[in-house]
Amino acid sequence: MLYREAGDFKTSYASDNQTFPIRFDRTAYWVVIAVAFLLVPMVLTDYWANSIVIPFLIYVIAALGLNILIGYTGLLSLGTAAFMAVGAYSTFKLTTAFPEMPIYIVFVLSGLVTAAVGVLFGLPSLKIKGFYLAVATLAAQFFLIWLFTRYGWFFNYSSTGQISMPERTMFGVTITGASASSTAVYFTCLIFTVAMAWLARNMTRGTLGRTWMAIRDMDIAAEIIGVNPLIAKLSSFAVSSFFVGVAGALTFAVYLGAVEAGEAFGINKSFLVLFMVIIGGLGSILGSFLGAAFLVVLPVLLKLLLVDGLGWPSDLARHLEIMIIGALIIIVLIAEPHGMAALWRTMKEKLRLWPFPH
Amino acid sequence: MKMTKIAALIAAAAIATPVVAQDLHFPMLNYRTGPFAPGGIPFADGYQDYLTLINERDGGIGGLPIRTTECETAYNTERGVECYESIRGDSPLIVQPLSTGITYQLIPRVTEDGVPLHTMGYGRTSAMEGETFPWVFNYPANYWDGASVAINYLLDQNGDSLEGKKIVLIYHNSAYGREPIPTLENLSERYGFELVEIPVDSPGQEQSSQWLQIRRERPDYVIMWGWGVMNAVAIQEAANIRFPMDHFIGIWWSGSENDVVPVGEGADGYTALTFHGVGTDYPVYDDIQEYVVDRGLAAGNGDQIGSAVYSRGLYAAMLAVEAARTAQDLAGHAQITPAEMRAGMEALSISEERLAELGLPNFSAPFDVSCQNHGGSGAAMIQQWDADAQTWSLITDWIDSDRELIGELATADAAAYAAENNITPGCM
Repeated sequence: MLYREAGDFKTSYASDNQTFPIRFDRTAYWVVIAVAFLLVPMVLTDYWANSIVIPFLIYVIAALGLNILIGYTGLLSLGTAAFMAVGAYSTFKLTTAFPEMPIYIVFVLSGLVTAAVGVLFGLPSLKIKGFYLAVATLAAQFFLIWLFTRYGWFFNYSSTGQISMPERTMFGVTITGASASSTAVYFTCLIFTVAMAWLARNMTRGTLGRTWMAIRDMDIAAEIIGVNPLIAKLSSFAVSSFFVGVAGALTFAVYLGAVEAGEAFGINKSFLVLFMVIIGGLGSILGSFLGAAFLVVLPVLLKLLLVDGLGWPSDLARHLEIMIIGALIIIVLIAEPHGMAALWRTMKEKLRLWPFPH
Repeated sequence: MKMTKIAALIAAAAIATPVVAQDLHFPMLNYRTGPFAPGGIPFADGYQDYLTLINERDGGIGGLPIRTTECETAYNTERGVECYESIRGDSPLIVQPLSTGITYQLIPRVTEDGVPLHTMGYGRTSAMEGETFPWVFNYPANYWDGASVAINYLLDQNGDSLEGKKIVLIYHNSAYGREPIPTLENLSERYGFELVEIPVDSPGQEQSSQWLQIRRERPDYVIMWGWGVMNAVAIQEAANIRFPMDHFIGIWWSGSENDVVPVGEGADGYTALTFHGVGTDYPVYDDIQEYVVDRGLAAGNGDQIGSAVYSRGLYAAMLAVEAARTAQDLAGHAQITPAEMRAGMEALSISEERLAELGLPNFSAPFDVSCQNHGGSGAAMIQQWDADAQTWSLITDWIDSDRELIGELATADAAAYAAENNITPGCM
């Protein structure tokens, strides 16, 4: 009744292959989109926008990018934060060199620059895999951050090595800088997140995604059936880095406004995004959303509950928060090793049978 | 059911904002957790204890109680932004993030929102140019002052010449640590000493390669811009290579008990800058004992009282309270707004008489803030660690910084910032 394939007749290949084969899912998808675009901007306060929703949307993009690499292609990367830094510094260099360039174009170009850098650092993946590749990408993490703090050209020779985002507008609306309204920033992040999630979903359903998954499942077998590992692996690095680069650009330009490579894009951030992907679910678009929500939104909600709600000291709350999040990570991974997305998959199976399970 | 309750609680917590409260809101962006907690805890305790003292002893400022709110930043810029967002709608009178990284993010935001930002002895140095940075204050001294005072001290030690000397700057590889480099480079050209810059990546628990390099370079002096665990590690490494401790000078953030005590005997003779007095030999500490500690109101564990960074937190709170008093006098009413607070900070005058009245005689160099100068006096002293007595003692009087040179550098930097951000400098 609620959640059924029955009665939902597919009369063409297109409708048979659609993303959401069940009518309930389709409706839910459009409802979520409508709520995100129409309802949320009306009720969103500055605090909720700047400390919860905007970081959530940005981390979703980063998690999607890393998920393409790890979840879909099976290539382990620890350089996510460095690629985010590439996106951030590209945005800074592009927008200070060409102030008239529309800022959305700058974000996309920054993603493309990051894609190129990602391909470069993805080259070792042709020879090495698994933990060895993780170490190679770790080199990217340290090298790129060193580069951005060492060479003045990247931060326009500012005395402290900080890069600050100047004010930029799009369609006459201020998008970056302190005077940007949280609604404008929210829409910017939302548009990018929705567009990129749509892109990721459709890419992973198509030929490209299938070659990635073939490489992930068994690279030798994939090669025998005609998948070119060079193209599959490097395209995976390129697409993944593009996503991560856009996330870095947004982190710098609309979320933080000023960053310093070592502080904002340190190794901790690489691990944070990696954990999002693992907890959310490898090889799942929904998992990227769930993982980002778990690690970005939950800590802030806990803080609101413990400090503002219960009036506990903020340092105690912070320590408790670390413990609670840590415990939850372990519980989630024991209860569902394949991540929160797998939990949702199980629920869907149950829903289909409900109310008459065998 | 349970979930809805929690959700309702969260929603209530987020929505609940106090209605027309008759008090003065002093938010605290503290960090009592993370690798920088050794510095964050004493500062937070000192800041909070002084505000508690004012509430308990004087009933607040101008008859209005001080309301404090605390937010944990963990020295992390993203959390700092979250903390700022959570208090900015609650008419915060003065924001003090105690982090140069967070300061850089807050400068455009406070300017837009009209919230006074006080970065005492840290943050963006060129913010001393009040015409470009009307909402940002960094009195009484900034990093460039610190660099200049350190060099002036060394000049004094070496008969006014540093020709041919080699000085190493070992610094926290962040905006904070890089801040003094332009000034030191400039001074190195002027006085003919060789400057070697050695960065330490945050948080700085591992510095053996840096100190190997220092041993190879054989510098005459080492100047350190460190914070958190980096300080103690650096002093330990210096002791290991038997570097003469009195030739090792830390900035004021590298001069707390937590930095030298772990090193034990080896740290004896280590020197650091300070822009305020040290020790508990001031009458205000009697009041803190009477009104705060004895009433069980001490912040944190109450074990930091009298330490160097505690004194600094106390000093920051004192300056904030004095600015609020000045603002109340200017405005003619007690319930001041952030904008009136800003005017009070700009008219702040700390004289020797006032310091004595506050129970802090000669605790700081007297200074006046003005629209053009948000940077105070710039003077600092040198303190030296005595490992036997476990105390810091002041070994110099106030040393002035080269404000002419710093003013020049700051004007250039502020002008660049104004051009980048379309600001027309001017008094408010």
